[in-house]
Amino acid sequence: MEAAAGGGCGSGPSLLLSDGEQQCYSELFARCVGAASGGQGPGPAEAARVASGTASAAAGPVADLFRASQLPAETLHQITELCGAKRVGYFGPTQFYVALKLIAAAQSGLPVRIESIKCELPLPRFMMSKNDGEMRFGNPAELHGSKVQIPYLTTEKNSFKRMDDEEKQETQSPTMSPLASPPSSPPHYQRVPLSHGYSKLRSSMEQMHPVPYEGRQPLVQPEGTSFGVSGAKPLRHQASLIRSFSVERELQDNNSNYPDEPWRITEEQREYYINQFRSLQPDPSSFISGSVAKNFFTKSKLSIPELSYIWELSDADCDGALTLPEFCAAFHLIVARKNGYPLPEGLPPTLQPEYLQAAFPKPKWECALFDSYSESMLTNQQACDLNGMEKTSVKDMADFPAPTQDVTGDDKQALKSTLTEALPKDVPEDPATPKDSNSLKARPRSRSYSSTSIEEAMKRGEDPPTPPPRPQKTHSRASSLDLNKVFQPSVPATKSGLLPPPPALPPRPCPSQQPEQVSEAELPPQLNRAPSQAAESSPAKKDVSYSQPPSKPIRRKFRPENQSTESQEPSTAVGGPASGATVKPHPTVQKQSSKQKKAIQTAIRKNKEANAVLARLNSELQQQLKEVHQERIALENQLEQLRPVTVL
Amino acid sequence: MAVCIAVIAKENYPLYIRSTPMENELKFHYMVHTSLDVVDEKISAMGKALVDQRELYLGLLYPTEDYKVYGYVTNSKVKFVMVVDSSNTALRDNEIRSMFRKLHNSYTDVMCNPFYNPGDRIQSRVFDNMVTSMMIQVC
Repeated sequence: MEAAAGGGCGSGPSLLLSDGEQQCYSELFARCVGAASGGQGPGPAEAARVASGTASAAAGPVADLFRASQLPAETLHQITELCGAKRVGYFGPTQFYVALKLIAAAQSGLPVRIESIKCELPLPRFMMSKNDGEMRFGNPAELHGSKVQIPYLTTEKNSFKRMDDEEKQETQSPTMSPLASPPSSPPHYQRVPLSHGYSKLRSSMEQMHPVPYEGRQPLVQPEGTSFGVSGAKPLRHQASLIRSFSVERELQDNNSNYPDEPWRITEEQREYYINQFRSLQPDPSSFISGSVAKNFFTKSKLSIPELSYIWELSDADCDGALTLPEFCAAFHLIVARKNGYPLPEGLPPTLQPEYLQAAFPKPKWECALFDSYSESMLTNQQACDLNGMEKTSVKDMADFPAPTQDVTGDDKQALKSTLTEALPKDVPEDPATPKDSNSLKARPRSRSYSSTSIEEAMKRGEDPPTPPPRPQKTHSRASSLDLNKVFQPSVPATKSGLLPPPPALPPRPCPSQQPEQVSEAELPPQLNRAPSQAAESSPAKKDVSYSQPPSKPIRRKFRPENQSTESQEPSTAVGGPASGATVKPHPTVQKQSSKQKKAIQTAIRKNKEANAVLARLNSELQQQLKEVHQERIALENQLEQLRPVTVL
Repeated sequence: MAVCIAVIAKENYPLYIRSTPMENELKFHYMVHTSLDVVDEKISAMGKALVDQRELYLGLLYPTEDYKVYGYVTNSKVKFVMVVDSSNTALRDNEIRSMFRKLHNSYTDVMCNPFYNPGDRIQSRVFDNMVTSMMIQVC
């Protein structure tokens, strides 16, 4: 409507400009013309020409403007060719407008062609620090999409609401925005290649919202490194997010509440969380047990119900322990809550473990930390002695001291660490593995060996603990009594025989003792399971057989100690050297994830449980049979006694 | 499909009770309370048998004119009691069993939370949502 008719330059392509674009372009054109005329000595004629819209913008300011769009030089050349300025020799309004449109197209990632300007495009963006007006020509959505990392780093309450103020400052000096997040500066300059790279994604999106991609890119790729595949995944993720949120954002003008922006973890935060994790659990590929995490998070001085809810949100696989991404999610939620954000109803997509592991490169930990393993095996699984905390100086974490002592590991270390190590190699496996572990856990859950204490819940959550040792214990320990029970049932003897065998066996007639003894029973097998699983999961079968004999005597040793003292110290003391011995020969244990082995183990346990149950049932029935026999004998005696009487 | 769901601790105090609000909730509380006797009876009847052998699902505890009460007990003596509308004849035993299984799984998830002290009232939103889903199906 406008540009095509303007001036005597009808050779340019016909353009349809929206009102906003028209205004923007004419301002820019006027500026360029004004700059040109200012530099070259204006004359009334030129001013008149400006007014009539037939002026031409000099190449100098135009070139500056184009360069400010931060497109590569070839693109700019293409644009100038296409818009016809080269042909005509100067930048008339038509050419200028076409060029601006092409710049917008190029910045949106569309190829620089005449056809691409036919569709609706956002306004072109020009990164010139002195020209605030040009900056603001950009889509308003872009402005607060660009540097959302800042609110995190300011870490003040309602920092997001201050984003509006910060936006203007940001736009003036975009390169200064990465105050404390250095990674955000490279994406700034790399917007163009990023935009080109993700043109496919963009083209599928509404044209109105290409900006958020660029805005989010610095967040997703904090180190400005791999723009390739690893970035594509979270961006695709964001694509779906953006689609759903685009309507919301249109409504929220400068409202800083991107629905999931508060839940995005910046690189610095990530580093901090990882350091905290390491302080709790030296092996970052392993996980933190529930009680350890509880003590740690309690220091944040949030209320217990809130912490409980945060735990529910972040512990995605409900195993009572936090892996690194789960821990980061939980920590992040706590930070957000302390900053005044209401907790979400569900775990935001950016905090989900799969997303966190995919979005961030896996840190290169040296996971073969035998010392940490043996340490964690040694330390009590339930105790969490977080003494001697250091205070960290991170901004809002002033009252969140970091523990320095190593704390417990779980016996899932061997398996989970292998799982998490496999992640960088094969991310798609990631969602599979938690689901596998879930399904595996679901099975033992149906048997419901839970008791009411937290430790038992944790252990039960990790792996079905108790049943397998029981038959062994009965055999090894009360073998004589068991045999008596089975083969020589005498009523009182067998009944008493049922009771004494190790408190490990839940004594049937005494349900009140059950929780205690179940706990006792669970403790040694837990510690035993750690070395035994570590051994069993190694690929070499001979290791399994090798480790089995040592673990059995350990179990036998444990039981008497536990029964006598009912304390965990002897078990840990015995378990320590034993587990150390069994762990050291298997350096690669943690790296071998074997879901099948775990499945086989659970199957074995289930079978053992079933065996135990059937054995007991058998013994009971035998007992009843004997009783019935005796009754029959008694009755026959009576009959004989009575018979002569009746016969007579 | 349940009209009222209750989780009762080992010491027979309620950890969680939820009923559809349209009725007099006190009546459901009373029903659940009285059903505990039946639960104990069933437990003790099987008590001579081995604990592990005992079936967790107790089945229909008792029917009243309008309602049927089902019970389920875990190995740690935590009881789940479910009150169901008698007119809802479409509910089969298997469905009740599966509902109890879901309840049990959610309960273990609650237990996994280290911030949950056993014996506290259950305030987990996840558990709430699950129970709501089971109750909302009432048409």
